[in-house]
Amino acid sequence: MVEHRGLSSFLPYVVLTLGVAIIAFPVYLCFVGSTHPQDVVANGKMPLVPGPLFFETYYKTLFVGSSGSTREPVSTMLLNSFIMACVIALGKISISIISAFAVVYFKFPFRMAAFWLIFITLMLPVEVRIYPTYKIASDLNLLDSFTGLTVPLIASATATLFFRQFFMTIPDELVEASKLDGAGPLRFFWDTVLPLSRTNIAALFVILFIYGWNQYLWPILITTRDDMQTIVIGIKKMIVTADALTEWNVVLATAMLAMLPPVMVVVLMQRWFVKGLVETEK
Amino acid sequence: MQKRAIFGGTSLPYLLLLPQLFVVAVFFYWPASQAVWQSFLLQDAFGLNTSFIWFENYKELFEDTSYYRTMLTTAVFAIMVAGLSLSLALLLAVQADKSIRGASVYKTLLIWPYAVAPAVAGVLWIFMFQPSLGVVAQGIRAMGWNWNPLLNGNDALTLVVLASTWKQISYNFLFFLAGLQSIPRAVIEAAAIDGASPARRFWTIILPLLSPTIFFLVVVNIVYVFFDTFGIIDAMTQGGPSKATETLVYKVFFDGRLGGNLGSSAAQSVILMIMVVALTAVQFRFIERRVAY
Amino acid sequence: MATVALTNIKKIYPGGVEAVRDVSLTVPNGSFTVLLGPSGCGKSTLLRMIAGLETISAGTCKIGERIVNEIEPAARDIAMVFQNYALYPHMSVYDNMAYGLRNRGMPKPEIDKRVREAAALLAIEDFLTRKPRALSGGQRQRVAMGRAIVREPLVFLFDEPLSNLDAKLRVTMRLEIKRLHNRLNATSIFVTHDQVEAMTLADQVVVMNTGRIEQIGAPGEVYKHPASRFVASFIGSPAMNLMPGKIVESGIVETPGGKLPFDATRFSASGEVEVGVRPEDIHAAGDANGIPFTPELVEELGATRLLHGNFGATPIIVAIPASGTVHENKEMRLLIDPAAVHLFDRNTGRSLAR
Repeated sequence: MVEHRGLSSFLPYVVLTLGVAIIAFPVYLCFVGSTHPQDVVANGKMPLVPGPLFFETYYKTLFVGSSGSTREPVSTMLLNSFIMACVIALGKISISIISAFAVVYFKFPFRMAAFWLIFITLMLPVEVRIYPTYKIASDLNLLDSFTGLTVPLIASATATLFFRQFFMTIPDELVEASKLDGAGPLRFFWDTVLPLSRTNIAALFVILFIYGWNQYLWPILITTRDDMQTIVIGIKKMIVTADALTEWNVVLATAMLAMLPPVMVVVLMQRWFVKGLVETEK
Repeated sequence: MQKRAIFGGTSLPYLLLLPQLFVVAVFFYWPASQAVWQSFLLQDAFGLNTSFIWFENYKELFEDTSYYRTMLTTAVFAIMVAGLSLSLALLLAVQADKSIRGASVYKTLLIWPYAVAPAVAGVLWIFMFQPSLGVVAQGIRAMGWNWNPLLNGNDALTLVVLASTWKQISYNFLFFLAGLQSIPRAVIEAAAIDGASPARRFWTIILPLLSPTIFFLVVVNIVYVFFDTFGIIDAMTQGGPSKATETLVYKVFFDGRLGGNLGSSAAQSVILMIMVVALTAVQFRFIERRVAY
Repeated sequence: MATVALTNIKKIYPGGVEAVRDVSLTVPNGSFTVLLGPSGCGKSTLLRMIAGLETISAGTCKIGERIVNEIEPAARDIAMVFQNYALYPHMSVYDNMAYGLRNRGMPKPEIDKRVREAAALLAIEDFLTRKPRALSGGQRQRVAMGRAIVREPLVFLFDEPLSNLDAKLRVTMRLEIKRLHNRLNATSIFVTHDQVEAMTLADQVVVMNTGRIEQIGAPGEVYKHPASRFVASFIGSPAMNLMPGKIVESGIVETPGGKLPFDATRFSASGEVEVGVRPEDIHAAGDANGIPFTPELVEELGATRLLHGNFGATPIIVAIPASGTVHENKEMRLLIDPAAVHLFDRNTGRSLAR
């Protein structure tokens, strides 16, 4: 379009660059802080450019652990987080895809009841039923275990709904053609539905991985042992209330490491991620 | 609701549904009903003595001024975060929607905070705003403002609001961008030919057509503030100073774990449940009505 | 009302794609000019440049006395009817039509008067309070036209407005547009790929192909005297028959079907040429003189009959009145009026008319 707004044709660039800068600023400072010696950071006179201690700090963070509050080096926590996030994402995807398949492609008594039972779980996040869930998990001896960390969080319905919406758009002709070819439901699922769902699975994986990785309230309750902690709750524990004792450079390095995997997943899989996000919410 | 082409078979569908229904039953419905049941009980921390007290827990809550205070805090928190993050996100989305060079780069650079855990966001912001060593805090104090979130409730709330808003902007941005891109270009062009300046086009055409997205995001943002900000609060202020940043969900956690009052905590959970269900129901009805666009 | 004058207009997209190459055109005051051509020929791009929805890479565009290259769409005093109507979905029909007038700060009573007059003209008064989604395609298109009419602009622009309507509705709306034009006498520029619309609506047809103008002329002119092979085959349905030919003597061209006399005062040609004859200009010969022809397939259209066959290796269509009988695969004789023979340059496709 022919537009003459003069200086304001620069407006988009200015606003967006400012936006990017403001968004990035906290992370930039975090990075800077993680590369300076602890006393420089703690006395409030930290400069605004990165310091010299990149390798030392990160090595210490990952493999040695801080001398202060956490007893575990961060690499263990990173591993825990990674396992938890993957198990939650893959677990949710697996049980949801078969549930959605059952609800869409079969007719059986209580079909709609089952669907609504699953659907209602969408409305209540884990925070609302936190203590009873904890009690059940501990009664089942799931404290401090990966099962306990992951299974209670697989309970919600976002993925099921997402797959159901998608399955409804698969043309009926494909099912009929499959039947004519002598394929039963499981064959159909494996040979036709799964390949068609690939991009949706990728999109969901991104969202669920981040969801799993960033879990906070639940892991706090269910893990007591230090070596079972995830990196997200590990960070919090590093910040002791008397901040003079906090090894800030290690804390910040941990924060950088905690952000890295999910951000990378989002950036690398951006296309699927955006699609999945917008589709899930509909 | 039902596809025309279906498979026969009676046991297979049940088998397929079993995993999810099992997990949902054990880890959702059972605890949820437990929460409702517990809200009617008075228990000590060891669960040794329990007595059924009907709605006593609820009554106590509604007579407790600090509960109302927590509700107020949560409401203020929600309004501020929703308001700030929605307006900033809309501004960024409108600029990003123009066909400028490098739009997709800006887009990538603006959406990644979605991936940051709330707790980690809390850590980042507390690092910047710590009265003694925070770089930004120093700047603020240098300007004469006695910034101290450890002592001043309003400062603490401001800090938590900022951290929560920072994280939420990217999510809202994504949805606004999608919403803007779903407005047919020809409608905007028609408005331009009809004599509307860019500002007038924004207020009279774009914003009204964006209203379903805005409404949706308002509800999502409110739910976000109610629940997902737990990590931020726990990392930054633990509800303090003097409960200035305690939201409803944090209170559930605090009263249950540290306060030992499981019954009250359960009652609060139930009240939260009702609120969320109401919000979701409102959103559903509204979306259904507006779907014919 | 105003004239529109385009001089050496070019449109080059950032990737280097030339959508419009050196177009010059005058649209007289009050005329109905149709930009006609296949998809991708640049007609919509040209229209959008006149509207200000695309920037002009080179050349000048004048509306009235003003050069409008740098002027925003809002300030050009034009109105446009879009292919997909582009009505404001959240506003009522009344508000859709009043929007442009409100933007100009017109007083309310004046707006009301204009909107109601236009609504009466287009028979949409009953819909004024409805929203676009409650209207049918034809009704929406009329609202779109109403929105343009109330503005009383200098120029009306139409971007394939009938393409989204079903066939019957298209015919009705075509007539409505013609009636409106006769009544309002507004300078109008209409883009379409449908040559029937062009022929029935236009005072002036502009045939375009790959970014260039092939010919400008009245409908009769482009039909009877096509300036190029492209125009000849684009206008007229069924399309003109084209076949290779060779000038053997003055006034005679040898074609795969036989020797055809042509009007040597009109065409100047020698050597190898391309010959064009319209199906409707070929007649059944009563006697044994005439060009031998065997129809392989006959299509009955009710009033006309289409005969498909070959002149040598070239497929030919003949359109004759559906009287008498014709048998497939039975040889008959054809008569071609010399005045109906067109000659084109074999390489460039341009007409060889003097």
